[in-house]
Amino acid sequence: MSATEQSLMDSETVETRTMSGAEILIRALTDQGVDVIFGYPGGAVLPIYDALFAQNNIRHILVRQEGGAVHAAEGYARSTGKPGVVLVTSGPGATNAVTGLTDAMMDSIPIVCLTGQVATHLIGNDAFQEADTIGITRPCTKHNYLVKDTNEMGRIVHEAFYVATHGRPGPVVIDLPKDICVNQGTYEMPDLASLRHKTYRPPEHGDAAQVRAAVELMAGAKRPLFYTGGGLINSGPEACAKLRELVQLTGYPITNTLMGLGAYPASDNQFIGMLGMHGTYEANHAMHDCDVMICLGARFDDRITGRLDAFSPGSKKIHVDIDPSSINKNIHVDLGIIGDVGLVIGQMLDCWKAEGHAPDRAALADWWTVIQRWRSRDCLAYHQGGDVILPQHAIKRLYELTKDKDVYVTTEVGQHQMWAAQYYKFEEPNRWMTSGGLGTMGYGLPAAVGVQIAHPEALVIDIAGEASTMMNIQEISTAMQYRLPLKVFILNNRWMGMVRQWQQLLHGSRFSETYSEALPDFVKLADAFGATGMVIDDPKTLDDDIQRMLDTDGMVIADVRVAQEENCFPMVPSGAAHNEMLLGTDQDGVGAPVSAAGQALV
Amino acid sequence: MSMETEVNPRHTIAVLVDNEPGVLARVVGLFSGRGYNIESLTVAEVDTTLDRSRINIVTSGDQMIIDQIRAQLERLVPVFNVVDLTEEGPSIERELALVRVVGKGENRIEALRVADIFRARAVDSTLGSFVFEVTGDSNKVNAFIDLMRPLGLREVSRTGVVAIARGAESM
Repeated sequence: MSATEQSLMDSETVETRTMSGAEILIRALTDQGVDVIFGYPGGAVLPIYDALFAQNNIRHILVRQEGGAVHAAEGYARSTGKPGVVLVTSGPGATNAVTGLTDAMMDSIPIVCLTGQVATHLIGNDAFQEADTIGITRPCTKHNYLVKDTNEMGRIVHEAFYVATHGRPGPVVIDLPKDICVNQGTYEMPDLASLRHKTYRPPEHGDAAQVRAAVELMAGAKRPLFYTGGGLINSGPEACAKLRELVQLTGYPITNTLMGLGAYPASDNQFIGMLGMHGTYEANHAMHDCDVMICLGARFDDRITGRLDAFSPGSKKIHVDIDPSSINKNIHVDLGIIGDVGLVIGQMLDCWKAEGHAPDRAALADWWTVIQRWRSRDCLAYHQGGDVILPQHAIKRLYELTKDKDVYVTTEVGQHQMWAAQYYKFEEPNRWMTSGGLGTMGYGLPAAVGVQIAHPEALVIDIAGEASTMMNIQEISTAMQYRLPLKVFILNNRWMGMVRQWQQLLHGSRFSETYSEALPDFVKLADAFGATGMVIDDPKTLDDDIQRMLDTDGMVIADVRVAQEENCFPMVPSGAAHNEMLLGTDQDGVGAPVSAAGQALV
Repeated sequence: MSMETEVNPRHTIAVLVDNEPGVLARVVGLFSGRGYNIESLTVAEVDTTLDRSRINIVTSGDQMIIDQIRAQLERLVPVFNVVDLTEEGPSIERELALVRVVGKGENRIEALRVADIFRARAVDSTLGSFVFEVTGDSNKVNAFIDLMRPLGLREVSRTGVVAIARGAESM
């Protein structure tokens, strides 16, 4: 009997197999259905890279900096609904990943981040490339693990995936000492369907009595409003489909948060736009004046509420959230329902139908009349004249020219992000990837890498600002390595635009350090990486130029020269009530002056 | 300070956790990271077969903050159960203190007399000093320490509060 036959028999007869820790890791990832990892090698993870080398199930995407790996995994996760997986080395590899982990924590993105660690006997000795990864990542992860025994590797990996994807999703770190990856241990494939955590029990359905009370409150409303957020995207496409059914069944208006865009089709007449600091005039006024607010999978973030004591003073508030700590955190609500938002909406639908509820049609008609009056202010109107492209116009044209395609949009952070949220309309969930809670400049390009890896045939656009995109510009190299045909649409105004806007509005136009004196030539930069660069600077040829970008094979970096001093409106200045919005120059301003207290707020 | 205690009543919260490495750091990090107050914190393993520890935390804050603390604690993955003992019916709180008193003559006799009233035991003695062991709720321990101050108080070591609900129900 040859040696090969012998080992084959062993694997068939023995349930639990002995392997190295690194092999167990790869095996457990494969059993979890992981098909791609975003990572960067280093000394402490060499055994893992060796195990990766010896298999073909998992594809490794080599980024150019570990921060990019986490954002790429976020883009992958957000656009697929599956967890994103990251592999980085110890010390600087792990510390570079911290921003991405915090970003995923804030936006509830399921990530499993594998970090290398020095060998167990060296931990605590200030060894080369040692960092207290567990200590550093404790507050910026949903949970983290240090594997101390190779036999525990399999269990911990499966548990990590469970924790990352169940309940309110989030990032989980597994810290892997080098010796643990080298040592031999046993692995047993658990039954994933029946896997339960010994302490962590995320909620599922909402309390039936509370759902009934909520539906009753909804049915009796005169001026109702759905306020929905990223929880819908996390709950999945089915949850979004149920939301559509509920919204259309009731005929009530709906607004989305930045994280929730796409949960409800933006082209539908019942959708009154995004709400919040740069939300529409009608959405913020409707929030302020509604009598029943139905908050589904959103969290009353300070970008939404404005000044807390002036937030929607006359409304009864229903809040559905999977995370009990989100309820009554910023805003006191009348009815808090803990549960998965998709399941609770399903319960609401069943209850509404079973009890034969109908909306108060007369009151609702009056409410829509009021909303139409706000809508008629046309708060997103702009006037594209002259020879300079307005950033709003650039995004609107980009939207018109790409809306019929299989398109995914990522953004960086700043004015361009808000304009993208305002002017690019999303009809489906998982199409919009942005850094909402943390506001991480440099998110969009690596996130686009992750999205394109997940959807190789789709059109993936990073709507960028020139300052943000410089923060992770090295990831062009990643895109080139994997021949990703990303379109980076840079709205270049030479300013850190959103900071400049705040300096203009809040700090007497003292533009301290917000002008980019030495930007690269983006065309030459694209050329240096092997991508195609183009300048777009003429409003008259804007459509043709965008079309040229879309028609160009491979990666394109479009340097769109836009009006330099354009501001992003509407805007609820910090410290103001959410119905006190500054509007653009084409509309009559109704904004509140910025108070001293407001200046101290972010 | 006293104003603050009036506005923000004291709550004793018991947390049953999986006794895994770092669980205390998670709890403490939660309090410091979110700006909550810790007046007292005790932790010890209470179930060796199930590997569970109990953390008793005395904190203060308005109702919204106390509710937040509870929800945030429940959100931690290795947490089994959180009970606000102050809110959920009567409970017993105990603290133990070891108190070193140094003195001679009348002060030494007076210290013994006070210790007797407080049912404190002298657990160490030299010709010029005592170490008293006193147990009770925090108010009693505070009162004892205050009385010892003029009698030669030198050093205090306190356990912090342990607490449990009255009655037959367990957490």
